Amino acid sequence: MSNIVSALNQKTYADGIAEVREIGLQGMITLRGDTASTAVKSAATDVAGVDMPAPNQVNCVDQRGICWMSPDELLVLCPYETVADNLAKMRKSLDGAHALSVDVSDARAVFDLSGPHAREALAKLVPVDLSPDVFKEGMFRRSRMAQVPAAFWLHAPDTFRIITFRSQAQYAFDLLKVAVQPGSEVGFF
Amino acid sequence: MSTRLATGGRLLNKSRAVSFTFNGQHMTGYEGDTLASALLANDQMLVGRSFKYHRPRGIVASGAEEPNGLVNLGLGGRFEPNQRVTTTELFDGLTAKSQNHWPSLEFDVGAINAQMSRFMPAGFYYKTFMYPRPLWKHVYEPFIRKAAGLGAAPKERDDDTYEHFYAFCDVLVIGGGVAGLQAAKAAADTGARVMLIEQTAHWGGRAPVDGGEIAGKPVDNYVDETVAALEAMDNVTLRRRMMGAGVYDHGYVLAYERLTDHAPDMTGPRHRLWRIRAGHIVTATGAIERPLSFAGNDIPGVMLASAVRDYVTNFGVSPGDRTVVVTNNDNAYLTAIALKHAGLDVPAILDARVLPTDSALMAQAKALGIRVLMGHGVSTVMGGKRVTGVAVCSQAGEGSILETIPCDVVAMSGGWSPVVHLWSHCGGKLTWDTAQAAFKPDVDKAPTGADGKAFVTAAGSASGALLLADVLSNADAAGQAAATSTGHKTARNASAAPEASHTPEAPMAPVWLMPQGAGIKLRSKAWLDYQNDVKVSDVQLAAQEGFHSVEHAKRYTTLGMATDQGKLSNINGLAILSDSLNQPIPQTGTTTFRPPYTPISMGAIGGEARGDVFQPIRRTPMHDWHDENGAEWEPVGHWRRPYAYVRSGESTHDAVMRETKNTRENLGMLDASTLGKIIVRGPDAGKFLDMMYTNMMSTLKPGKCRYGLMCDENGFLIDDGVVARIDEHTWLCHTTTGGAERIHAHMEEWLQTEWWTWQVYVANVTEQYAQIAVVGPKAREALEHLGGMDVSAEALGFMDWADGTLGGFDVRVYRISFSGELSYEIAVPASKGQALWDALMAVGAGLGVMPYGTECLHILRAEKGFIMIGDETDGTVIPQDLGLHWAISKKKDDFIGKRGQERSHMVDPTRWQLVGLETVDGSTLPDGAYASAEGTNANGQRETQGRVTSTYHSPNLDRGIAMGLVLNGPDRMGEVLTFPGTDGKEYKAKIVSPVFYDPEGEKPNV
Amino acid sequence: MLILTCPCCGVTGEETEFHAGGEAHLKRHGPGSTADQFEEYLFMRENPKGVHFERWRHVYGCGKWFHAARSTTTLEVYGTYAAQTHEPPKDLRDTISKKVPGWTWREFQ
Repeated sequence: MSNIVSALNQKTYADGIAEVREIGLQGMITLRGDTASTAVKSAATDVAGVDMPAPNQVNCVDQRGICWMSPDELLVLCPYETVADNLAKMRKSLDGAHALSVDVSDARAVFDLSGPHAREALAKLVPVDLSPDVFKEGMFRRSRMAQVPAAFWLHAPDTFRIITFRSQAQYAFDLLKVAVQPGSEVGFF
Repeated sequence: MSTRLATGGRLLNKSRAVSFTFNGQHMTGYEGDTLASALLANDQMLVGRSFKYHRPRGIVASGAEEPNGLVNLGLGGRFEPNQRVTTTELFDGLTAKSQNHWPSLEFDVGAINAQMSRFMPAGFYYKTFMYPRPLWKHVYEPFIRKAAGLGAAPKERDDDTYEHFYAFCDVLVIGGGVAGLQAAKAAADTGARVMLIEQTAHWGGRAPVDGGEIAGKPVDNYVDETVAALEAMDNVTLRRRMMGAGVYDHGYVLAYERLTDHAPDMTGPRHRLWRIRAGHIVTATGAIERPLSFAGNDIPGVMLASAVRDYVTNFGVSPGDRTVVVTNNDNAYLTAIALKHAGLDVPAILDARVLPTDSALMAQAKALGIRVLMGHGVSTVMGGKRVTGVAVCSQAGEGSILETIPCDVVAMSGGWSPVVHLWSHCGGKLTWDTAQAAFKPDVDKAPTGADGKAFVTAAGSASGALLLADVLSNADAAGQAAATSTGHKTARNASAAPEASHTPEAPMAPVWLMPQGAGIKLRSKAWLDYQNDVKVSDVQLAAQEGFHSVEHAKRYTTLGMATDQGKLSNINGLAILSDSLNQPIPQTGTTTFRPPYTPISMGAIGGEARGDVFQPIRRTPMHDWHDENGAEWEPVGHWRRPYAYVRSGESTHDAVMRETKNTRENLGMLDASTLGKIIVRGPDAGKFLDMMYTNMMSTLKPGKCRYGLMCDENGFLIDDGVVARIDEHTWLCHTTTGGAERIHAHMEEWLQTEWWTWQVYVANVTEQYAQIAVVGPKAREALEHLGGMDVSAEALGFMDWADGTLGGFDVRVYRISFSGELSYEIAVPASKGQALWDALMAVGAGLGVMPYGTECLHILRAEKGFIMIGDETDGTVIPQDLGLHWAISKKKDDFIGKRGQERSHMVDPTRWQLVGLETVDGSTLPDGAYASAEGTNANGQRETQGRVTSTYHSPNLDRGIAMGLVLNGPDRMGEVLTFPGTDGKEYKAKIVSPVFYDPEGEKPNV
Repeated sequence: MLILTCPCCGVTGEETEFHAGGEAHLKRHGPGSTADQFEEYLFMRENPKGVHFERWRHVYGCGKWFHAARSTTTLEVYGTYAAQTHEPPKDLRDTISKKVPGWTWREFQ
C-alpha cells in the first residue's frame, strides 16, 4: 500500500561528513519473556532466522535480526510486511509461556548513519565510547542521543543503524544533520 | 612606546601580514600574533578601563591570566564581549573594541570615580545605597548598573554553530608544555590511550622562552621531537586550542576546543565542548607569575616580567624602550637578560631580596651591564595612561624615595603560583609551599573517583616543580603513575625523562607589600585585583570590618571575581588578608576553585541544542497535515498538539468556538495519537492493575473498556484514562498525553522493585498507533460510509471496543467518549495514520466534518464536567475531592494510594470539593481565581473558600462555564461566590452541578 | 558526573543514562498500617554522611531498577546489585567494611 509511510519517508542528507538516511519501514517485534528459556529463544530465532545474540549484542542480516534489549526483552527484526504473520507464529510457539510479544514497527524510526566519519558524528551525540577498539560490530547499545533515547549498532563497518521513537524522528534527523555538518570532522578515531 | 622589533618572534610568520581594527583604527600584525602582541606592536598599550574606577588599563600578561585586556570582539552575529586579547589569535579582518568607557578610551567620564576612589572603598555600595529603600530600585540600581558591567551583551542571534563530543581515554594530560609532553609520552609508552590537550595554538608552553637545554639541545628541539613522536603513536590524540575547562566526579572532564576563532572563514562549528571520561587525569597546567603590590602597579606599562619576555621572544615585540625589572626572585632576571639581548635598555633591576652572594643569573645580568639594586623596591610608579618612571625605595622602609628612574615599562615578578584550579575542581586539597610561597597540590589528598582511588596527578610546575630538570622528571613520573593506575604496565625504569640543564636560581623571598612598611597613601594605590579594582587597603578594610573568612572577604571586596577569577590576585590578596588577621596564609586558605578555568562560550555549552533541535519536539503521524491546515500548536510535554485549526479571516477564539459547535452539531475529528497506550500482560496482570488503579480492573470483561484513576502512595491523583481488556491475560491502558512514559515507568517500578514475583510484562506501545477520535452526532454515519465492520449501537455499545476493518484499514475501534457525544476512537498503525485521517476527512466532507484541537476538546469535556489531569489536579488532589468516589473500589484490600487516602487530612470533610461554577452575568471566570471568604488569616490575607480549576466560554451554552474546588461545595448548590480577579474586578458565580451539558448522558449512548 | 555499572545488563554508563530513585530497601506499608509506620514508609529517609544505599534506574538503557552502595561524601561506588532483594548482599557489606570500618546504615553494618 502506497499510503503506508515511515516517519520521514526515507529522507536523506548526504552533504555532510557522513550520510544520514531514514531507512523506511522496518518490521519490529518486542518480545518480553525469560530470554534464557528455550521457548522465548526459539520464538525469536525462528522468526528472525539468526542466532540468539549474547547480552548487549545484536545479530542482524539485512532486515532480519535480534537485538538484546534487556535480560527480559528482545527486539526481533523482520521485513515490515511479514510482521503480522511472524507475530502470529511467535505467539503460537509461545503458547503457554509467560511472554509478551507486540508489534512496534510503527512506533519507531530507523536511521543509517554511514561513511568514514560516522563514528565521530555519532560520538557527538551519545555518551558512549565509540572507539573502534571498543565499539565493535555485533555490539548493541541502548543509550541517550542528545535528548532522546536511542539504540544503535554497527550494521556495516562504517554504518551505524540507529533506532529512535517515531515521534522523535524529525528531531533525530535534524540532530544527526547538525552532527554531520560540513567542516565538522573531529579526527579523533 | 611599544613597538615591533626588527628581529625575533619565534611564533610569527613574518611573511604574512594580517590587518585588523581596534576602536575603528586600522592596524597590522603578523600571522602568529595574538591580539595583545599585535596591539603592543602598534603601540596600543592602553586597552581598556577598569570596572569600578574606570582607571586606564594596559596589557599585564601574555596568557589566560590576563585581567585587563578584555575587548568586544566581532560584529553582528559574531559579536562577543570580554574576549581576552592575550588568548585571541590575530586573523585578517579582526574587529575589536575596548570596553568600559564613555565616550572614548582616551577620555572617559567615568574616570571621575577614580578621583573619588578615596571615598569608594570596599563595601561602598552596600553602605551608601542602603537608604532610603525606595531609591534603590528606581535611582541607585539603574545608575550603578549603567556605570558598572563588563562589555556589552550581543544583540543579534549567534551566526555560528557549536557541538559536543564524547571522548574516552585512559590518561588525559591537560597542558601541552614540556611537562604535559613528557607526561603524555611516559603514559603513551605503556600503551595506554592518551589524550594531550593544550589551550594555546603552540606546544611547549613557556619553557622555550625561558631557555635551558634538554638532552643537550634547545628546548624547542625537544618540543618538536616529542610532538612528532606522540603524533606517530596510534594510541595518542593531540589537540591544540583546547582548554581543560573543568574536572568533575569520576574522571569527567569538560574541555573547550576553539576551532575557528583563529580563522572565522573556515566552515564547521566554532567551538566544540569535549565531554571526556578519563581513567586518570594529569594536570600539567603550569604556573602563573604573581604581580607585586606597590603603588601605581596598575598603570599601563606595568607588566608581568614573564609576559615582557614572552612578547620579546615569541612575538618580536618590545613593550617599551626602557624597562625597570622589579622582583623578589631570580626568574625575573631572565626578562632583563632577554631585553638586553634584544637590544633594549634595562636601567635597573630592583630586587627586594638581600642575598649574601650573587646568584648565577644575577651575575649574568651584571655582566650585561645591568644595574642591580638589592633590597630595593618600587615606592610608586609614575605616569597616567602610560608609565613614565619609577620612584625607588628600600623594601624594608616605608617608601621614602631614594631616586627616580625614567622608564616606560615596569616588569614585575612576585614569584610563581602553580595553576591548581583543575586539581582543585573536584576536591583535590592544597598544601603551602614555604620555599615558593605558593599553594601547590597536596599529593596525599588528590580527588578520588568511583573506585575510591586518586584520579588526578599534577605534573611539572603545576605540581610545584618550577625548574626545568625537576619539571621533566616529575612529569615523567606523573605520566607513568597515571598509566599504571589505569592498569597499564610501564616498561621503563623509574624515570626516562631526558636530562635537562638550566641556570640555577637562588631562593625567592615572599614580598606581599612593597615597600613592606607602605603607608595608607601607597597602600590605597597598590592594586591586588586589576579587573575589579581591589586594592591592598580594601582587603585590609574588609579584615578590619570583620570579614575574616576568605570567602566573605572575596565577596565584600570583589577580589578574584569576574572573568579572570583572580588568577593574578588570589595569593596576593590572601597574603594581605592573612597579614591583617595576623595568621599564617595556609590558615586563611583559598577561595573555592570552580570550573571553567577561563570563561567558555554559551554556544559551546548549548552545543547542538538550538534552533530546530533545541528540544526534542514530538510529532504525531498527522503532524504535517495539521500544520498545513492552520493548526496553532499547543505544547503538551514535548508533543505538539493542534490547539485549534484557524481558518483565514478567523481569530483563534473564533476557530475554537466554531470547532466546538460543529462537533456537537455535526462531526469533529481529533488527533488523539498522543494519548499513552500501555500493554499489560500476564497471569497476574489483573491483580497488578487492581493495585495500579483505584478501580477494579480484573473484573473487566474482554471487549470492554473502563475509565480508571491512578494515584500515588500519597493518595493523590496522578493519571486517568480508559482501560480496555484485550484478552484473558492482556489489558491495554490509555494514559494522558503527558503520562505515557511516566505511567509506564511507574508500572515498571512497582513490578521490578515491589512485586517482582508477579508474572506481568508491560510494553509502551503509545507510538505504534495513530488514534483518531471521530466525534459528534454524525460519527457513526461517517464510519458507515467508510464501510467495513459493524459499528452499530448493538454491535459496538458504549464502552466496547472491537478489532475490524474500516475503509480497508485494519483498525481497533474504541467506543469511548471524552466529549459527551457519540464518539469512536480509531487506532491504526502509525504508518497508516495519515491515510486513515484522509479517508475520514473524505467521508466526513458531506457530513460537515471539521478537525478540532485541544481547546475545543477542553470545552467539550468541561461542558460535561469531565476532569482533566493537570487542571482539576495539581498533585494535592485526591479522587474523593473530585466526586469520583464511584471510581474507587471499596472491594479491594489494597491499591496504590489507598492507605494514603485514609489519613486524617484526606478524610477531612472540609477538603474543597469539585463543583460547577456558573457566572451570574454569563461572563467567563478568570482561570485560577480564588473565591474570597470572610475574615483574614494569620498573615493578614483574605480568607478563601475555593478556586477555579477550569474555565471556558461555552459556545453551545453561550455562557461562561467553570469548574472549581469549593469548601463544602456539593452542599452549597445555588450559593453565589465572589472571585476577585487580578484585573481588579469581582466575578460572581453560582455553585452548580459540574455537568452543564446533557446531564442525562443521552447523547453518547445512541 | 558519576559513572555507574548496571548489574542487570552490565553496561557502565554515565549518570545521564540513569535516573536516581531515592533510598533503597524501603518497606511498603499499605492499608492496615499505623500512622507511624505509614509516615516511616512515605516520608522518613536516611541522610547519611558516608555509606548510603540507594535506588537507580537504567532509564536510557535496559530500563531496569537496581541498587547502589555509594559514599555521599567521596562519591565512591562500593557496588551495585539487583533490586529484587530486601537488604544489601553480604559480600558487598563486607567489601564496604574493609574500606569503611564501623559503617552503619539503618539496621545494617
